[in-house]
Amino acid sequence: MPAGLFRALLTVAGAVVAILVAIGISSVAIVAAGANPGDALAAFFNFGETDRSFANGLAQMFNRAVPLFLAGLAVAVGFRMNLFNIGVEGQYRIAAVCAAYVGSTFVAPAPIQITVIIVVAAAVGGLYALIPAVMKVTRGVNEVISTIMLNYIAINLAAFLVRGPFAGERAEGQLTTTTPVLPESAWFPNMNWLLEAMGLPAPRGGGMWGFLLVAVVIGVALWVVLERTKFGFDVKASGLNPSAAFASGIGPKRMVISAMVLSGAIAGLIGLPEILGDQHAFGTNFTPGLGYLGIAVALLGRNSPYGIAVAALLFAFLDRAQGPLQFADVPPSVITIMQGTIVLLVVVANEITSRVALRREERRAARQLGKVSA
Amino acid sequence: MLSKRFGRLATGTLAGAMLMAAAACGGGSTGGETTASTSPGTESSAPAASGLKVGLAFDIGGRGDKSFNDAAYAGLEKAKTELGAEIKELSPASDGSNRAELLTQLVDAGYNPIIGVGFAYGEDIKKAAEENPEIQFAVVDSASNAANVTGLLFAEEQGSYLAGVAAATKAESGHVGFVGGVENDLIKKFEAGFVAGVKSVKTDAKIDVKYLTPDGDFTGFRAPDKGKVAAEKMFQDGAEVVYHAAGDSGLGVFQAAAAAKKKAIGVDSDQRQTVTEPDLQEVIMTSMLKRVDVGVFEYIKAFQGGAKGGTDIVYDLKVDGVGLATTGGEIDDIQDKIDAAKKDIIDGKITVPAKP
Repeated sequence: MPAGLFRALLTVAGAVVAILVAIGISSVAIVAAGANPGDALAAFFNFGETDRSFANGLAQMFNRAVPLFLAGLAVAVGFRMNLFNIGVEGQYRIAAVCAAYVGSTFVAPAPIQITVIIVVAAAVGGLYALIPAVMKVTRGVNEVISTIMLNYIAINLAAFLVRGPFAGERAEGQLTTTTPVLPESAWFPNMNWLLEAMGLPAPRGGGMWGFLLVAVVIGVALWVVLERTKFGFDVKASGLNPSAAFASGIGPKRMVISAMVLSGAIAGLIGLPEILGDQHAFGTNFTPGLGYLGIAVALLGRNSPYGIAVAALLFAFLDRAQGPLQFADVPPSVITIMQGTIVLLVVVANEITSRVALRREERRAARQLGKVSA
Repeated sequence: MLSKRFGRLATGTLAGAMLMAAAACGGGSTGGETTASTSPGTESSAPAASGLKVGLAFDIGGRGDKSFNDAAYAGLEKAKTELGAEIKELSPASDGSNRAELLTQLVDAGYNPIIGVGFAYGEDIKKAAEENPEIQFAVVDSASNAANVTGLLFAEEQGSYLAGVAAATKAESGHVGFVGGVENDLIKKFEAGFVAGVKSVKTDAKIDVKYLTPDGDFTGFRAPDKGKVAAEKMFQDGAEVVYHAAGDSGLGVFQAAAAAKKKAIGVDSDQRQTVTEPDLQEVIMTSMLKRVDVGVFEYIKAFQGGAKGGTDIVYDLKVDGVGLATTGGEIDDIQDKIDAAKKDIIDGKITVPAKP
């Protein structure tokens, strides 16, 4: 059997086993919670009875996947260089509040308005990631520690800005605070036409966010940068073997700074799908925690844009079932259990299958060497 | 990061298979039956008789908080037993990212009316209401903001007034305290009523007021440590009774009261019953009840009677929307005084301020 085919089969087998075991473990948890695992599985695939609810379900899934995808990309850029940017969480929140505020201060034609907001978000995220990068290259501060600490600062700073300097007007009796509402030229057009082209009615609740297209462009661009440019090669080389990379003329300091800033710039965009597509402001109801989820998504996607896209869709697919699970009287915490076990088991399965493949390869090489010497 | 392509393929296959299955099943169930309709929980006693399907969406924390959300559920359950309604309650993800999705899912499943519990639903309810004009919505603790939205509000200042009367009567030195979770308009209503109630008994009373976090920072509702520090200071300064309107942070107030061997007043639900620690139960002299259950039930009943949204309903002392808990019997001896104050408020002899 050719080595490539063997590897592919092994991978599929590993993944199938991983997913079956994950479902098995989750089933135990579901039974322990007094519910029926069959109902739970059915709920994940229950998109409702009508075309409208099916469209709503699809839109909800993709709307959840887009920020997760961006978060996964941001984390993966650092991972490729063995840089653990735990600070994605803080970078995206501070970037989101700044971009939402700046976007509300002027009115320009839609393409300019949206571009400015995106650039501001990326710049703020990148600059905030520059702090731990500079601390690392000048003082050797471990980026894990510094980014975690900077998260606290960013989260509280964003909370302060939204209720203080950046606060918008509030309706009578409204207790939540938001930045001023963005002008309509900053509202990103939705992608309901895609669903309508599939013969489905337009989904409700903000529709399908058009930022999906921006995310796809960023994913492709990042793949090109990482796989087809000298910079991408330098990143990979620095990650695999820093001293070898240094010996071949790749400056480690420059690489740390550029990788962290790139990671932070992508992180800055995580909040934009929600702000431009639905809420049109940064508020106290802004979705937190996406930066941490991005770590799991990047792990599951093995740091490649394609893998991260699939991982983000899988997470979003599971998250969407929050409502259907409760309709089926299954505790929705099952979702978190499944996500956790899937990430763990897929990582373990990958490690095992790659070792098996490696050993087989070694044996084959040894056999051939033996033939040659005899 | 060993063998990247390998992992890419693995996760790709795995998730791809699930996604395809998802699309297939989702499409397949179009026009078919849903699991929801066959689950035991929704087969309530006599839904067919009324045809009333009531959906309710909780805020973060959801069912089991022994306070706000559970009170809302109690009202929903009453609608099931007394009005024969079919009910469904949903909790959001822990990050609160899917409040709007839950409302959409309830709409899709044919629920009408739909109730959002907590002011965080204000904006989401507005959007859902505008997209679904044929469905009636209600939101607890937030004002009506669309033609088919009913705001379920409570006269917290009136209940707090009674709490103030009780506190001032019990505190011989005339020194009491108030701990608010977040310094916003809602919690200021509690303070205003409490201060007015205390002053009505002892005009020269000393009242310590402390908010845990500023407006817009909702962590003050989930910080027992901060609540404890704030109440400890008040007790050290000589306060005898401390009233809290600080959600989960109130636990810290009770701990401080237990340590100082002083008294505290709970909020929202009858906290002497809902707090599990016996040593903390003893310090809870009474609780200012906010009858979210009454609000939810009365709203459903009114909906059945054909009521439409667009306005706010305020649940006050007159309809027992707010009141004082008597568990433990610690305020039984001053009950006549409280009843007198209550009667004066209902009769309009006393107007309780809603702003400090």
